[in-house]
Amino acid sequence: MNGQQPILRMEGISKRFPGVQALNNVHLEVLPGEIHGLLGENGAGKSTLMKILSGVYKRETGRIVLDGQDIEVNNPHHAQTLGITIIHQELNLMPNLTVAENVFIGREPNTATFVQWRALHRQTRELMRRLGMNLSPTALVRNLSVAEQQMVEIARALSVESRVIIMDEPTSALTENEVMHLFSIMRDLRTQGLGIIFISHRMDEVFEICDRITVLRDGEYVGTVNAAQTNRDEIIRMMVGRAVSEFFGHGESHPGEVVLEVHNLSKTGTADDPDKRVVKGASFSIRKGEIVGLAGLVGSGRTDLARCIFGVDRRDSGEIIINGQPVAMKSPRDAIRAGMGMVPEDRKLQALFLAMSVEANASIGSLGDVARFGFINGRLERRMVGAYVNKLNIRLARFDQRALDLSGGNQQKVVISRWLALKPQILIMDEPTRGIDVGAKAEVHALIRQLAQEGVAILMISSELPEVLAMSDRVLVMHEGEIVGQLSGAEARSPGSAERIGAMMTGEHDHAAAHSIHELR
Amino acid sequence: MARVTEAAAADITVRDGKRGFSLRAFLGRFGALIFLIALVVFFSILKPNSFPTPLNLFNIARQASISGIVAIGMTFVILTGGIDLSVGSLLALAGIVAAAFYKGGTGLLDTGAGDTSGIGVGGAILVACAVGLIGGFIQGLVITKLKIPPFIATLGGLSAFRGLTLLIGNGGPISAFDDSFKVLGQGRIGDLVPIPVIIFLVMALVAHIVLRYTQYGRYVYAVGGNLEAARLSGLNTGLIILSVYMIVGLLTGFGGFLLASRLNSAEAIAGVGLELTVIASVVIGGTSLVGGEGGVIGTVLGSLLVNVLTAGLTQLNVTSYVQQILIGLVIVFAVFFDRFTKARRN
Repeated sequence: MNGQQPILRMEGISKRFPGVQALNNVHLEVLPGEIHGLLGENGAGKSTLMKILSGVYKRETGRIVLDGQDIEVNNPHHAQTLGITIIHQELNLMPNLTVAENVFIGREPNTATFVQWRALHRQTRELMRRLGMNLSPTALVRNLSVAEQQMVEIARALSVESRVIIMDEPTSALTENEVMHLFSIMRDLRTQGLGIIFISHRMDEVFEICDRITVLRDGEYVGTVNAAQTNRDEIIRMMVGRAVSEFFGHGESHPGEVVLEVHNLSKTGTADDPDKRVVKGASFSIRKGEIVGLAGLVGSGRTDLARCIFGVDRRDSGEIIINGQPVAMKSPRDAIRAGMGMVPEDRKLQALFLAMSVEANASIGSLGDVARFGFINGRLERRMVGAYVNKLNIRLARFDQRALDLSGGNQQKVVISRWLALKPQILIMDEPTRGIDVGAKAEVHALIRQLAQEGVAILMISSELPEVLAMSDRVLVMHEGEIVGQLSGAEARSPGSAERIGAMMTGEHDHAAAHSIHELR
Repeated sequence: MARVTEAAAADITVRDGKRGFSLRAFLGRFGALIFLIALVVFFSILKPNSFPTPLNLFNIARQASISGIVAIGMTFVILTGGIDLSVGSLLALAGIVAAAFYKGGTGLLDTGAGDTSGIGVGGAILVACAVGLIGGFIQGLVITKLKIPPFIATLGGLSAFRGLTLLIGNGGPISAFDDSFKVLGQGRIGDLVPIPVIIFLVMALVAHIVLRYTQYGRYVYAVGGNLEAARLSGLNTGLIILSVYMIVGLLTGFGGFLLASRLNSAEAIAGVGLELTVIASVVIGGTSLVGGEGGVIGTVLGSLLVNVLTAGLTQLNVTSYVQQILIGLVIVFAVFFDRFTKARRN
């Protein structure tokens, strides 16, 4: 393939969001007839890069060259007319329309205003034949399986004569047979000279289907390698390779008695898929003053596990025991009464009242402490919040400043204050440093450490492996709803741990991992 | 229009980075008040002899007071991100049931015959309030337990309560009460200040204090600002939502009594279209329909504004058809204006 002119070249792409450099001088090159893997941890910048390519975001620097021509991608529709199609993780179909209508939506063959149904159905059948699919053009999309729906999306991509197709984790919801079928179609498209960008967390699939692999990390370009000339370990090292010592150092911790025990917790069903088993028999415990890191890919069930423990979602089975007492945990109120707190995954959607003041945001959970006969004592409230503003070094213009106007790091500290004000024994923190700048991150790390020293039991979920490794007294690893491994703090900070955990997270159980599961049980 | 809370002004000065004067902030905070004063001045210039008299102005305020009392309750509902379309029907239902009891009937198909032999004025007020409270409670349960969207649940209420009212009143009004029944609706303090106006303002003050200074008020804003965050922070969101529908129901029930008292008649068709006036007052007062922002002072100004506009136009002999067009434009303009004063947010 060397010496060929690339079908697509992205060069020196940078993009900044408030408070975070999402992409910094990133490159990506796709040859005609190539399946190109794009890898990186969650938050590495893959989806930002793809959103720039498909016209959702505007790049700040760099150029995009398609078939030798410099292009500007103004919006997703424009991307499509340029020949760039993205097939999202969450499929983008109209469930109540037919296959044919979905394939040709907005571009139906028509005379004046009337759709020519016969032509529409014939063209759809041809596309389906090309994909080796036997789908009726008149079938309703909502009655199709996920794999079939994906084929509809691919048919749509073919019908607009795409040059580059981006597939964002297309296999995550497919069975093995369906994956095989998808791959054979991808190979077929490859022979037709299309460029395919394939995003996946499943290492074996990447090696099976991809010609070359580009790795991103923390918004930076790490490198591009030929799949045939590398191996899993090298790729995982490229993905997580930051030196662990850059993070806030591990302090001395002295875990005390067990405060939280979870026995055999299972949950079935998500908003999209009522039959998906999201958590399968998870058991673990946390001691007073202990930081337990929960590693795993997005979708591995780690957030679902946390939400069940905190009573946000209902579990199907399993026991939650706090200080030796089983707790029903039917709502977050139960959890809070039992001495638990949770900093949720998405602070804007799940934690903040953006239009309300910093003060109100911090005090909302503990107004009872500053109110008498239901009336809030403004002076007491300000004193309480002020103490946390100082302790957490929250930078404010005024107490009645709206949460909306704070930086991500300060917003996160406000959310943490809310929980500290409730003096929890157990604090679950889901992605506590996501989307906040380096300085604030270090402060949050120091704070987590300090809380543990004060005796709070902490369950920390993070997509950033180095963070988990550096902070945790113990690391649990989840894969597809199961806790598949456990490492002690010392193990987590020994060489090769990142590769080991990375392998467990992606389902590549090595002997060490299998051993750990054994120990855990 | 826009929010008239102090927080609004404070926010904007923070955004500017200093406490300097900002026209946008000033308009955002005092827009509804300025517009109200401008309207009064405008009509006073056109009708210098009849419009700006104390009696006329107090009459306008009296007209504003009943829809205004309901609008206070509606403010709570809209702050949580909900809506109540049933207020007009519930108001009529509460009025007719209270009137039937007052007349010695049982309220259910028996509308009584006597003039005073019922439950007395205090009893009638309690009955009206109870009917409103129960109506709100039922709708609140439908919304929180059956998870029916408020728009649909209260649209059902709008129809059902009206039907019930017509059934009880047999399609017609219950009229002609003694003086004690009429005093709250028709009476004036010092022969000038109508009693409903005083009740309206006192209720607004209480509601303002509840929303601004109590734990409960804070929770109402929190539920409307971000329901998921409120739940994850441990608030009993279902109970809070249920409570706001009970509050609007209670105030609507009381409004039903007050209207019957003022008109000396509980009409089965009372309050038709009231929901529009009430929602318009709240929105013109700067409370956001998505919830979480706004307050009762804005609603008071919004109610006065709508009524000054209608009364002024009537006195200028503008037909009610044209009035409706103008009210519609004012609603849209108010929301646009609100956006404008908050435009620098994002």
